[in-house]
Amino acid sequence: MTATSGLPAPSRGPVPSGESTTAGAPIDAIHRQVMWNRLVAVVEEQAQTILRTAFGSVVREAGDLSAGIYDLEGRMIAQAVTGTPGHVNTMARAVEHFLVRFPVATMRPGDVFVTNDPWLGTGHLFDFVVVSPACADGRPVALLASTCHVIDVGGRGFSAEAKSIHEEGVLIPHMKLRDGGALNDDLMTILLANTRNPVEVRGDILSLVSCNDTGAERLLEMMAEFDLTGIGPLADYIVESSRDAMLKAMQAVPNGRYRTEMELDGYDEPVFIKAEMAVSDEEIVFDYGGTSRASAYGINSPLCYTEAYTCFGLKCIVAPAVPNNHGSLSVFRTVAEPGSAVHPVHPSPVTARHVIGQMLADVAFGCLAQALPGKIPAESAGSIWVLPFANAGANAGDAPGENASRFNVMNVGMGGIGARPGKDGLSVTAFPSGVGAIPVEVTECESPLVFWRKEFLPDSGGAGAFRGGLGQIIEVGSAEEHPFTVSAATFDRMRNPPRGRDGGQAGRSGIARLESGPRFSDKGVHTVPAGDRLIVELPGGGGLGAPRQREAALVRADLEAGYVTRDGARRDYDFEPPPEDG
Amino acid sequence: MRVDPPVRLAADIGGTFTDVVLDGPNGRHTAKVLTTPRTPETGVFEALALVLDRSGAVPGDAGVFVHGTTLATNALIERKGARTAFLTTRGFRDILEMGLEKRFEQYDIFMDKPEPLVPRTLRHEVAERVSARGRVLLPLDLGEVRTIAASCRAVGVEAVAVGLLHAWAHPAHEQAIREVLAAELPGVTVCLSSEVCPEMREFERFSTTCANAYVRPLISGYLHRLQEGLVERGMTCPFYLMMSGGGVTTVESAARFPIRLVESGPAGGAILAAHVARECGLAEALSLDMGGTTAKICLIENGTPERSRTFEVARRYRDLKGSGLPVRIPVIEMVEIGAGGGSIARVDDMNRLLVGPASAGSEPGPACYGRGGAQATVTDANLVLGKLDPDRFAGGRIGLDSARAEEALARDVGGRLGLDGHWPAVGVVEMVDENMANASRVHAIERGRVIGRHTMVAFGGGAPLHAGRLAQKLGIERVVIPRGAGVGSAIGFLLAPIAFEVVRSRPVDFREFDAEAINAMLDEMRAEATEAVRAGAPSGADLALSRIVELRYAGQGHDLRIALDDGPLTQDHGRRLKARFEDRYRAVYGLTIDGLDIQSVSWSVTVATRAPPAGRAKVPEVRSPARAASMRDIYDGAFGAVVSCPVYPRFELAPGEEVTGPAIIAEDETSTFVPADFSAVLNSLGYIVMDNRAGGAR
Repeated sequence: MTATSGLPAPSRGPVPSGESTTAGAPIDAIHRQVMWNRLVAVVEEQAQTILRTAFGSVVREAGDLSAGIYDLEGRMIAQAVTGTPGHVNTMARAVEHFLVRFPVATMRPGDVFVTNDPWLGTGHLFDFVVVSPACADGRPVALLASTCHVIDVGGRGFSAEAKSIHEEGVLIPHMKLRDGGALNDDLMTILLANTRNPVEVRGDILSLVSCNDTGAERLLEMMAEFDLTGIGPLADYIVESSRDAMLKAMQAVPNGRYRTEMELDGYDEPVFIKAEMAVSDEEIVFDYGGTSRASAYGINSPLCYTEAYTCFGLKCIVAPAVPNNHGSLSVFRTVAEPGSAVHPVHPSPVTARHVIGQMLADVAFGCLAQALPGKIPAESAGSIWVLPFANAGANAGDAPGENASRFNVMNVGMGGIGARPGKDGLSVTAFPSGVGAIPVEVTECESPLVFWRKEFLPDSGGAGAFRGGLGQIIEVGSAEEHPFTVSAATFDRMRNPPRGRDGGQAGRSGIARLESGPRFSDKGVHTVPAGDRLIVELPGGGGLGAPRQREAALVRADLEAGYVTRDGARRDYDFEPPPEDG
Repeated sequence: MRVDPPVRLAADIGGTFTDVVLDGPNGRHTAKVLTTPRTPETGVFEALALVLDRSGAVPGDAGVFVHGTTLATNALIERKGARTAFLTTRGFRDILEMGLEKRFEQYDIFMDKPEPLVPRTLRHEVAERVSARGRVLLPLDLGEVRTIAASCRAVGVEAVAVGLLHAWAHPAHEQAIREVLAAELPGVTVCLSSEVCPEMREFERFSTTCANAYVRPLISGYLHRLQEGLVERGMTCPFYLMMSGGGVTTVESAARFPIRLVESGPAGGAILAAHVARECGLAEALSLDMGGTTAKICLIENGTPERSRTFEVARRYRDLKGSGLPVRIPVIEMVEIGAGGGSIARVDDMNRLLVGPASAGSEPGPACYGRGGAQATVTDANLVLGKLDPDRFAGGRIGLDSARAEEALARDVGGRLGLDGHWPAVGVVEMVDENMANASRVHAIERGRVIGRHTMVAFGGGAPLHAGRLAQKLGIERVVIPRGAGVGSAIGFLLAPIAFEVVRSRPVDFREFDAEAINAMLDEMRAEATEAVRAGAPSGADLALSRIVELRYAGQGHDLRIALDDGPLTQDHGRRLKARFEDRYRAVYGLTIDGLDIQSVSWSVTVATRAPPAGRAKVPEVRSPARAASMRDIYDGAFGAVVSCPVYPRFELAPGEEVTGPAIIAEDETSTFVPADFSAVLNSLGYIVMDNRAGGAR
């Protein structure tokens, strides 16, 4: 057979450009592929722009942002991969909420809408969601949305101390941020008057606006290239293909009801999370009935955020490769009682929502472990420990002492990930959050703090045939003879360690204490006296399978590296270490 | 006695082939031989002998030899470097293993982080601590260093990387440690983080230092063997190494900082593209280097490729940021995506057609090679669409089997998508072009550039086939395809300047800008760079200086590189640099942030010999249409149809003869596809210049 046999009859000369899209089914099928690919590139470009221009280290290091393209019904058809799982479903829903207040028919070119309402956006006041219509010939053809975590919204700052949303900062309901191209200066003025960092917040919000503009421009270019007047059929195709792929993947999960529970330390009293997962051919319903009532402190997870991490956990196991969009997410439904810790209602405080929210992927794993035995990792450290440091008195606005620096810096602490089927858990790595480390040198350059230690914590990974990832120990003092403070708002799993699975042991619980003194017992703001040091020990991940089933070679390697101590090997693995030489 | 002008030689060792180029009085000669991984110099000597023979020159005629190699990269990927120990501040030995502490693939619960180059048992801690402001909080315990040295000796450590907290600004403790190690461990390589990578951020600095130590014994051994071999063969000319930053350096300097040699091949390609841009007078060029496995895309403004200092080697997952080892070294800024001739096409569960990043490579290769490869690749698609001649591929050395290509495409793509005939191939080529177009668009936008204003310079085996369609997608109106596209990197080596870059982190708050202090630092850096260049440059060579400061808004995460004026900075530069930063910021992001201060992150000084003067290419008037040698049926993506196309052998074309698309211009190592809306001529330097007559994106 030659290279050209089997090809349709050749034609000669130029063909009018319009014919390319009407050349029949095959080219249409290929164009759909190309356009889907292009949409993903457009949202990724949006997300990268935010990442580069955002001011908060939470966005920069942690990727606390998202971007997506929606059809005119508010269905999300593409979401950027860059970003954090907290925005998986929150973003998918956010645009629908806007359309209730601002129907598409009322939208004009140049309009931009905004909110940071935790219940209509992405779960706390720090996240601003910005929505813009893409218009062709004066009419909307699609919607673009983006969100990122801004540095400050007033109120009590990033702590769990507020007793209601009213104390947590400024709330912007669904509003028009730009009206036919004219920026709403009144709104901006009110907003900026209510933050401690008006310059940075303005920069972040304008960056959301401009990334949507860029996304709209790319989308319209694509529509021109492929002679489209709307994206309806393309959206239908994407949504249907994704939903079909999810339904197909769900066939691997046996139908039935699966229950689990998890206890967390909570702020001042324990939080019990209860869940039942009902799997049918058509959907997976995740019901949090029976979960504790909302806390009086800001660790509650609004339903949108609860839904985000629940779906994330489910999707990791069921269909990790299927992209996030309306179609793929439509097979999951999350149900919770209003007023509970996973569905707090106005005016419950929610700033540190991740304390509860980021535990929910493990709750999903807890149900899936019964449906898919042997295929699910053990529990992880879960929500990251945010380490907000300041000079003593800073929160009250007091001046630092003589020769003392004024500072307000943030670092983060990661624990261990649970052991995985066939593999040990990852040590000192965030899960399910996408957050990354903040370098010690950066924090020390911005403050008088001195980190004396940041290293793996031996024996902290839950023992098992596969070992949980190690937690770490961080020791922090000051180079100045002055006290400083740390907020313990997000330190959980101090009393409830990540549990093992299938005979694996629990990882070690977290500890926060002073070098000189007792452990912290609550989530309040603690003072580290002059000359003293803060010591935090992050939880290790749970183990998987009985420790005695662990291969001796692996225990020996752990001993040699010091991931497991000699005592730990004897105690946890019944393994007698070889005699020490020298 | 040397001939005049002297013969110039370059060798590029790649994963599969070793390319050698000779420029001499009788013109250019090239040779391609298989790489000899165990003793890479063997392949170099073999290829050198071939080109010398072909050109009629003898080794003594050589005036210069420039070399680039993937040896360092391969050692890092295959973990075949030296037994390396790491010595750090007490309490911080696990920084290397913790890495960024995040998952680079969110939904993959089975993902693994890159293994550190130094296992925990070889990571040692020493009592010492210096604060960010340079105060010694805990004195260095040299006795402990001696104990560590003894334990390194006992286990046969070949290299030691030293990385202490804040050493980028306060290197005294690292220097003291080196003295002890030099005395205690003679013959063992010692690398200091304050020399290899004097920049803030401990993980990246430690990672770079360890990577340097890890490859150094291997590279310095290889370079010295190669040098001796060259001398034995009578080649006593200066010998330079190509670096990832686009300059060349001496053997001594390369052996000290071998980590700077990674990515030298792609850097050579970018240097070639920059030279072509200067020859053709292109203010804005987009370089496309498409090979068997990846495509490299690089922006070239005013004949100079953009540079950066962030790079990742040995990625576990191709194309996934964060899955490799970060190294902070001078590199030419480019995106590399898994889009090449060998890229494998497949259809996923959502019936999405995906092409790459996995590649069939050269072994087993695309299905049409008939060497055991069964999966459908881009090369298979190009063959089915008639863009490749099955009998002339790679100069006729590899016969291509169209039946196997069609079968693989029908099975892997067509069946799943309900496409038959040539349509699966159309889809694969469209998708790989789309992937390259998306990467190019994003790369340009991230830099505030308008892609459609660029001229594309396309080389590498695959680029000339795809360049036309890609240009259409990007709204680019002109494509230039230089001669010798198949050995582009090695040609680029001959064009690269002798250069050295010195970088220092120095956070400066611009409200307290002190020009005198900055000038003192910059002068010191210039002296260091000049010394490194003078050691290798011909005496009396004219040196060019370029100085860059990385600036950011206080509190923001991403830096913009701003060039400094020549001459000392004045106090007024505090204001002027801020203004320049804001201009650039506006160009990239479309706005500026009023009322916010800027700060510097790091300062770099590069000293380099001047680039060779570029001849001026002329595009001749079209005199006549070219005469086709044959006709072939080819699918044209812009038409959406198969058309009968003329085929022109490149060596038969004369300047001024016009080729009207759709057409193929064929040569031994590659073919250029001229799409329907384009026409092509050879310019005065013999480059193919292809113009879009219709203009605009489609």
